[in-house]
Amino acid sequence: MGEPGTKELLSLDELEAAGNLHSGRKHVLSILVENKFGVLTRVAGLFARRGYNIDTLTVGPTEDEQYSRITLTFDGAMHSVDQVTKQLHKLINVLKIRDLDPDGTVARELALFKVAVEGAQRAEVMQIADIFRGKVVDVTRRSVIIEITGTTDKIAAFERMVRPFGLIEMMRTGEIAISRGRGET
Amino acid sequence: MRAVDAIMECLKAEGVEVVFGLPGGANLPTYDAFVDAGIRHVLVRHEAGGGHAAEGYAKATGKVGVAFATSGPGATNVVTPIVDAMMDSVPTVFITGQVRTDLIGTDGFQETDTLGITMPVVKHSFQIRSPLEIPRAIHEAFHLARSGRPGPVVVDIPVDLSRADIAYEPVTDLHLPGYQPTTDGNTKQIRQAAKAMASARRPVIYAGGGVVNSGASKELVEFATSDRFPVTCTLMGLGAFPAPHPQWLGMLGMHGTRTANYAMDEADLICCVGARFDDRITGKLSEFAPHAKFIHIDIDPAEISKTVPAHIPIVGDCRNVLTKLVKEYRALEGVDTTRTDEWWQMIGAWQEKHPLAYTESTDAEIKPQYMVQALYEATGGDAIVTSDVGQHQMWAAQYYHFPEPRRWINSGGLGTMGFGLPAALGAAVGCPDQTVVCIAGDGSIQMNIQELATCAEDKIPVKVFIMNNGYLGMVRQWQELFWDKRYSHVDMGSFPDFVKLAEAYGATGMRFTDKTTLVDDMKAALAIDGPVVCDVRVTREENTYPMIAPGQAAREMVG
Repeated sequence: MGEPGTKELLSLDELEAAGNLHSGRKHVLSILVENKFGVLTRVAGLFARRGYNIDTLTVGPTEDEQYSRITLTFDGAMHSVDQVTKQLHKLINVLKIRDLDPDGTVARELALFKVAVEGAQRAEVMQIADIFRGKVVDVTRRSVIIEITGTTDKIAAFERMVRPFGLIEMMRTGEIAISRGRGET
Repeated sequence: MRAVDAIMECLKAEGVEVVFGLPGGANLPTYDAFVDAGIRHVLVRHEAGGGHAAEGYAKATGKVGVAFATSGPGATNVVTPIVDAMMDSVPTVFITGQVRTDLIGTDGFQETDTLGITMPVVKHSFQIRSPLEIPRAIHEAFHLARSGRPGPVVVDIPVDLSRADIAYEPVTDLHLPGYQPTTDGNTKQIRQAAKAMASARRPVIYAGGGVVNSGASKELVEFATSDRFPVTCTLMGLGAFPAPHPQWLGMLGMHGTRTANYAMDEADLICCVGARFDDRITGKLSEFAPHAKFIHIDIDPAEISKTVPAHIPIVGDCRNVLTKLVKEYRALEGVDTTRTDEWWQMIGAWQEKHPLAYTESTDAEIKPQYMVQALYEATGGDAIVTSDVGQHQMWAAQYYHFPEPRRWINSGGLGTMGFGLPAALGAAVGCPDQTVVCIAGDGSIQMNIQELATCAEDKIPVKVFIMNNGYLGMVRQWQELFWDKRYSHVDMGSFPDFVKLAEAYGATGMRFTDKTTLVDDMKAALAIDGPVVCDVRVTREENTYPMIAPGQAAREMVG
């Protein structure tokens, strides 16, 4: 009863509301935009105006110089991904938005950690870095800088490990993500 | 040719008949081009007036309204009209001058970041970086302004680039790969909507400004009368459904009729066409239309399920969708036409028990509601009516009946005081054969009163009726009702003398204080050539009722 293809009338009880629900998980949006003046401002401004919180945002060139790629993560518990996506689509310079499925996506972030270490502690930190497949990119008598690439979780785990040693600074790029397989993101 | 001459060619190619604006340093070259362009230019007295005039023109005619302003303060003065046009989806193009490219970023004289300031409040904007971009940007601006969900588009042109020599060829191949509005509406969804309407025992059609924008009034009436669907309109939608009409419930929302609001409250299915469940409609969201399922038709997908989740979402142009919906509805078999009988009995009872009403004065005092009724009578209901924002706006919406769309022009979303007079000016320029009246408040009118000079100078015959109660009336009402009548800075006193002021501006000034002669007085005012300002003295402390108090539900209407 009530199928669109049939002649039967439908019962209003069968109707269910669509959209605008909070997913409760982290979302990674991959947004293809025209490489034009002010586009990043428009995207960031939209988030500010609508009260959406961005967790991370990265922007960079693509294989085609006409376009740039913005990778943006936000908390789906706080905002409806449906509404965020639809509002973004209203920006004239936004061409394509993919809400990346975590299982079908390779996501990476680069982070640099400057840790205050001396003597024996240095070896310990370097050992942890090794486990995380990190690289030591700078060493002084009282500090070491480690470069880590990986998922956001991995970087967070590394941070927890080295923080007790004395974390002077941490810099993170925010995630970039690409869909698995042959198809375009 | 000079880039500025190319701008004029672009405007002509887009069918622009008139530009509202004011020149300044950064658009001097553009104004030089006006001398020979053969496009009418209305010199306003303040850029905000120009922006609202462009809006009034667009709302009255359905064409794109165009306003020009110089850089810096000229551009910031059009920010309010730009936001207004965004909130009410008015097709407008704003062309602003900018300082020389070598001065950009140096805090040059009259420099402002026009693009940055307007970015959150435009449909789109262009800052010209090379003179060669100018024709394309302008054509794309017009396309964006008028298509899809209409809105304001800003083109910011640095003055040095506007003087460059370029080759102009009409741009026909617009390149907007990220912009493809969905206009048709999904056929299956439309069929589903038709079936749902056929099943509803308590249906309501809730129509808004989208119906006016898409020119879908005829289709709306056809759909409503395909069965006996009750219809209510938002403030922006008034006229989309002809009033009076047996199926017309009146306006809904904060100051809508009890019948319309109660119908929403008791409905089992609400078909929203080109409206957006604004907070002035829903009141307390969690208690809005508690028994209803929703069909939501809108050209902007982001409006669907933004605040009220839709059960049958349909993205498309209202006219296209309604045309198909009528066809689908009429093709249905076995629709029980008596199923809404009980519903109409309920509606009839509300209409009888709660008509719009007020207490008549016992002497000659003019009640503000009566002032609107008198104007309806004096104009024979045949006028374009603009308004400012406040009590007078609500009374105008309640007591003036609009038989067709584009007759009621006001600032809904932004609620901009000072909108009415320049909007009337723009409407009168766009529709020279029609009577254009502005119902203003004594507070609002002073926010753009300088445009009387424009009207007088250009012989634009708008008739302004100031509902003068000497108060910022709506704020006073809220202070009375919700702030223990502690009046704080709402008494406007007795100045200016609007009759003398009108005359100083070159308009005719009149003052009306007697209700017994009011209709005839108004007829006399309407018969005068040229702009007229009527200072109509009304009851000082009258409240706009009925009212859904802020944060309350529709069934708790007061007054």
